[in-house]
Amino acid sequence: MHSLTKRSRLAAAAVGCSLVLAACGGGDSDTATPGASGAAKLSGTIQIDGSSTVAPLSEAAAEGFQEDNDDVKVVVGTSGTGGGFEKFCAGETDISDASRPIKDEEAATCKAAGIEFEEITVANDGLAVVVNKDNPITCLTVEQLKKIWEPGSKVTNFNQVDPSFPDLELKLFGPGTDSGTFDYFTDEINGEEGASRTDYQPSEDDNVIVQGVQGNKGGLGYFGLSYVEENPDALKAVAVDGGDGCVEPSTETVLDGTYKPLGRPLFIYATTKTVERPEGLAFLEYYIENSDEIAEQALYVPLSDEQKKEATAKIEALKG
Amino acid sequence: MTAQTGLQPDVRAPSKGLGRASSAERVTGKLFEVLLFACLGFGLLVLVVLLSDVIRDGLPRFNLDLVRNMPSTRPLRAGIQSAMMGTIWVIVTVAAITLPLGIAAAVYLEEYADKTRWYNRLIELNIQNLAAVPSVVYGILGLAFFARGPLDLGGSVLTIALTLSLLVLPIVIISCREAIRAIPTSIREGSLALGATRLQTVRRQILPNAIPGTATGSILALSRAIGEAAPVLLVAGGLIFITSNPSDLLSQATVLPIQIFNYVGRPQDEFRTVAAAAIMILLLILLLMNAAAILIRNKYQRKW
Repeated sequence: MHSLTKRSRLAAAAVGCSLVLAACGGGDSDTATPGASGAAKLSGTIQIDGSSTVAPLSEAAAEGFQEDNDDVKVVVGTSGTGGGFEKFCAGETDISDASRPIKDEEAATCKAAGIEFEEITVANDGLAVVVNKDNPITCLTVEQLKKIWEPGSKVTNFNQVDPSFPDLELKLFGPGTDSGTFDYFTDEINGEEGASRTDYQPSEDDNVIVQGVQGNKGGLGYFGLSYVEENPDALKAVAVDGGDGCVEPSTETVLDGTYKPLGRPLFIYATTKTVERPEGLAFLEYYIENSDEIAEQALYVPLSDEQKKEATAKIEALKG
Repeated sequence: MTAQTGLQPDVRAPSKGLGRASSAERVTGKLFEVLLFACLGFGLLVLVVLLSDVIRDGLPRFNLDLVRNMPSTRPLRAGIQSAMMGTIWVIVTVAAITLPLGIAAAVYLEEYADKTRWYNRLIELNIQNLAAVPSVVYGILGLAFFARGPLDLGGSVLTIALTLSLLVLPIVIISCREAIRAIPTSIREGSLALGATRLQTVRRQILPNAIPGTATGSILALSRAIGEAAPVLLVAGGLIFITSNPSDLLSQATVLPIQIFNYVGRPQDEFRTVAAAAIMILLLILLLMNAAAILIRNKYQRKW
């Protein structure tokens, strides 16, 4: 008798467990029904993987796309640009996020697997180096920036960077170590991702960096270009000399590729197989059509009209 | 000194043993007690600081919208629904896999295995070892065998559940064995003496009486699986972003720790509030599971 009641309790628990599962399934199908308007309802799964720098763009695109197409599941992973290409060329993903162009050997792997792909630019990444408005400096070379920011750097005054610079105590501000901005800057300036001097004021909030540089005559910091573009009077963005003379940071110089090395395009890679599926094609088209809002949402520089045309042409090329 | 204190009847309250211990000894005793309490207090203090910090950060977003909304790149809309559903799917699957396997393994080891045989001792030793393997190792194993390789299940609910099952199975086996071992031998002997077979003894005596210990141990093991991020990170493909709930075992899913990780890494400050609120949900689920463990234990506990 006693054991019987116990068994029935166990059975009740088992039923409870399966109810939980059933509830999840039910909830999911509920959300699928209301959007059943539209002529041809798209469905399926789009697999995206790759660079964590590009991921915010693809995530924003995925989110927006699924609002109109709730039967399409878009999964965005972050295995890194290299890891993403590995999966992409093994046919495991439909779209690969990349913060650099595909390497020859990666392209060879793709070709060997019979995967025909196109590189589509989806946004531009640009970093601005800023100083106080009262600072007379207008241009810094990559070497000078490295001298200031390299690990173990002992530079504490602008005149130690270059004797012609003013006698101003250096106060450094920058993003925290887990931001993509930090990775990008350290990679381009110090030659190694994550290598930086540590005695600076880190903040994930751009406004803290802005206030720091505004409040210190010798302040110097770096962050995404979009802020400087929107607030040109708050700070002075210095030109950067990457070897070909000083170039002012701006959307134009990032777009035409002259603002080096702190400006770069961000890509997604798609295959002929991606566009063969209606949901894949629709997603890519959505991505480019809404690239302005997507880039803004992810805090990047949007595509130029020319880049947009080029991107559309690439999608057309994939259709064959 | 030791002989003197050894005579004391109540060791916990040395002050009561008036006249026995010298005042110096009483001071040392008291100091020791204070030291022990300080150790306990330190652990609790860290927990309180951690909890209050999370609650203070997360409270503004700890509401129904958090579980009603899907993950989003817009901080004000960001929720955790797909991650919470993913966690529920995964944990129910983990329970379905580990409980039968773990209990069966424990019954074999305790009731059937001949402990003088070398292979049984080898199995025992390895189960203990497996319980100490870092979770990320199981992640690599899951990536090679479940996500890719022979099973090729991708980053699905099943892959995540199988990987986490490997992780917690040794813990389930060990706790279940201890529960079985706590049953007095006289119960088994009595059952056998009355003519019951071994199977009948296991079914009618051993398993019902092992419920409290097994349930407690298993639920604590499942709680560990819920909080794991490292192995899931490997099998699911990094900090995945999914805005739909899983619909079956083979659909791709994200879980709460991954979603929290994803939010914490974003540049906008508001996401940290969402992450803290998500941590509160995770803690709440853990708390409920632990409460269930205690309830089950109290309900089925028997004194021999």
